Amino acid sequence: MSRTSQDRQTWRQWLLTDTPTSRAHARAVAAYNGWLRLRANHMAMLGLYILLALLLVALLAPWLAPHDPLAQDLANRLQPLGTPGHPLGTDSLGRDILSRMIYGARITLYIVTLVALIAPIVGLLVGTVAGYAGGWTDAILMRVTDIFLAFPRLVLALAFVAALGAGIENAVLAISITAWPPYARIARAETLTFRNSDFIAAIRLQGARPLRIITRHIWPLCLSSLIIRVTLDMAGIILAAAGLGFLGLGARPPSPEWGAMVAEGRKFILDHWWVATMPGLAIFTVSLAFNLLGDGLRDVLDPKEGKSG
Amino acid sequence: MAIAEDNPGGRRRSPPLLRHLRKGAATIGAVLITMLGLLFVTFLIGRVMPVDPVLSVVGERASKEVYDAAYRAMGLDKPLLVQFAYYLWDVLHFDFGTSLLTARPVSEDIARVFPATFELATLGTIFGVVLGVPLGVVAAVRRGTWIDQSARVVALIGYSMPIFWLGLVGLLIFYGILGWVGGPRRLDIFYQDIVEPRTGLLLLDSALQGEWGVFRNAFSHIILPASILGYYSMAYISRMTRSFMLEQLGAEYIVTARVKGLPERTVIWRHAFGNIKVQLITVIALSYANLLEGAVLTETIFSWPGIGSYITTALLSADMAAVLGGTIVVGLIFVLLNIFSDLLYKFLDPRAK
Repeated sequence: MSRTSQDRQTWRQWLLTDTPTSRAHARAVAAYNGWLRLRANHMAMLGLYILLALLLVALLAPWLAPHDPLAQDLANRLQPLGTPGHPLGTDSLGRDILSRMIYGARITLYIVTLVALIAPIVGLLVGTVAGYAGGWTDAILMRVTDIFLAFPRLVLALAFVAALGAGIENAVLAISITAWPPYARIARAETLTFRNSDFIAAIRLQGARPLRIITRHIWPLCLSSLIIRVTLDMAGIILAAAGLGFLGLGARPPSPEWGAMVAEGRKFILDHWWVATMPGLAIFTVSLAFNLLGDGLRDVLDPKEGKSG
Repeated sequence: MAIAEDNPGGRRRSPPLLRHLRKGAATIGAVLITMLGLLFVTFLIGRVMPVDPVLSVVGERASKEVYDAAYRAMGLDKPLLVQFAYYLWDVLHFDFGTSLLTARPVSEDIARVFPATFELATLGTIFGVVLGVPLGVVAAVRRGTWIDQSARVVALIGYSMPIFWLGLVGLLIFYGILGWVGGPRRLDIFYQDIVEPRTGLLLLDSALQGEWGVFRNAFSHIILPASILGYYSMAYISRMTRSFMLEQLGAEYIVTARVKGLPERTVIWRHAFGNIKVQLITVIALSYANLLEGAVLTETIFSWPGIGSYITTALLSADMAAVLGGTIVVGLIFVLLNIFSDLLYKFLDPRAK
C-alpha cells in the first residue's frame, strides 16, 4: 500500500470536506474550491500560464537573454527576423530585440506590481473610511473621488508626468493617482452593505473601536471584489504605462520598456516593421493574459456577476 | 443629498416640481464642485512643475528687478487660494495663458485644433455604434453560439490591444503595403488649403463647398484612424449592449410577448431593444468621452493635428500653459458628457427615480 497516494487522498478529502474543523480549514476549503473552478476555465488558465511565463522570463532575464539589452552594434542595425543570433532582429542601434523584450518584462512587472499595490490600498482606505464614517466625511471623500474619476485617465497622467518629469517612478505615481478612485467606490459600496449588519453591531457592542472594525472586519470582506477589479485593471495599467512610454514619458530612453521600444521602431515602420511590431505583441499578450485571468477570477469569486463582460 | 436620503418620507411628500428642482439643483451643485475640483487639480499641477513660470516669461537674463516685478504681476507672492481665484477668473474668460511653442493664446490654439479631434472621435463613435449595437444584440440573442464567442473575442482583443500599436500596424498594412488609405495627417499636400475652413470639419466643409476631390482625399485619410478608434468603441458598446439585452431577454414580459405569438423580430427589437435604448445612449456618451482619450495616442500615430497631438507636442517642449489648457478642455468635455449621460438616464428612465 503506497503511503503517498493515501496521503494525497486524505489531503484532497481534507480540502473538499463539507464540515471544516477550524476557521483556517474552512478558508482552505473555500480557496481549494475556488481553485478547482478556476482550473475548469481554460481561458483563465491560459492567462495564468502566460503570466507565470512572464514572471519566469523576468526573473531569469540575465540567463535567457542571448545578448546585453543595451549593447549597441551599429554594423548590424535593423537586421530582419530570423537573423542568426538575433531571432527577432535588431533595432536601429543594432541592439537585439529579443533580449530587450526579455528585460522589458522586468520593467512591465515592476510598474504593474507597484500600481497594483498603491492604487487599491489608497482606494480601500478612502472607500472604507468614507463608507463607515458616513455624513460629511463620506460626502467630502466621495466628492474628491468623483473629481479624480471625472478626468480622462491618460490625460491626467500625462499632465502629472509633465509636472513631475519623465521616469518610471513618476509614471507609476501618475498612473496610481488616476487609478485609485474606482477602488474607493467599490470599497465604499461594500462597506455600506456591511456597516449596518448584525455582525458589525455585535462587534461594536463588544467594544471594538472603528479602527479595529474597519481594519479587521471590513477590509477582509472588501478584498475579493478588489482583487477581481485589480486583475481586470492590470491590462489597463499595462496599456497606460506602455502609452506613457510610447509618448516618451515613461522609462528613460536606453532602458528597454516595451512602449518606448514601439516608439523607437515607429520611424521605421514601413521598411523595418518588426522593430515596432514585436514589443507591441508583447504588450498585447500580457494585457490579454490579465484580461483572461481577470474574467476567470470574476466568475470564480463573484458568481452573481455571471459570465458576461 | 445625504439629508434627502436619510429622510425618504419627507421626500415622497414634496410636490413633483419641487422634487425636480431640488434634484436639478443638487446635480448642478455636484457638477460645479467637480469642475472646481478639476480646475484646482490642474492648478496644483501647474504649481508643482519644476519649470519656473516667471523665468519662462522674462527670460533667463532678466535682472532681479524685472524678475520681481514679473513675479508680483503674476500674483505669485499672494497666498495659494488667492492665486487659485485669479486662475479661476482667467479660465472663466477662456484665458489659459500663452503657449510657448506657438506664441499664441492657448484658447485660440485649442479652438483651431479641436475640430480635427471632434471629427475623428465622432466618426469613430459612429463606427462603434453602427457595428457594436447589432453585434451586441445578436450575441445576446444567440447566446453561447459561435457568434457570441467571436463577439467576445473581438471585445477581448479590443480591451487588450495597445491603441498606438494597432494604429502603427494598421498604417503599415493598409497604407504601407496595400495602399488602400491615405497616410498620416488630414490631407495630402496637394489638397491642402483648397477648402476654406468654416466649421473646421474637413468632410463637412469640403462637401458644403462642393470640393469632392478634397472630400475623397480627406475621407481616405480619416477612415483608418476613425476605424481604429471605432474598434475600441465597438468593443465596449457591444459588450454593454449584450449584457443589457440579456437582462431584458430574461424578463417575464418577454416570455409573455412570445406566448402571445408575437414574431421573434418584434420581441427582440421592439420589446427588449426598446427598453435598453436609454441605457445605450448613456453608454454611447461614455464611449465618446473615452474616445477623446484614445484620440491622444491615435493622433500622435497619425500626425493628426487635433487636441491630442497638441497636448503631446506641448508636453515634449515643456509648454505647461498649453498642456494644462488642453487638459482642462478635455477634462471639461469629459465631465459634461458624463453628466449628460447621467442626467439622461435619470430623467428618461422611470426606473431610476
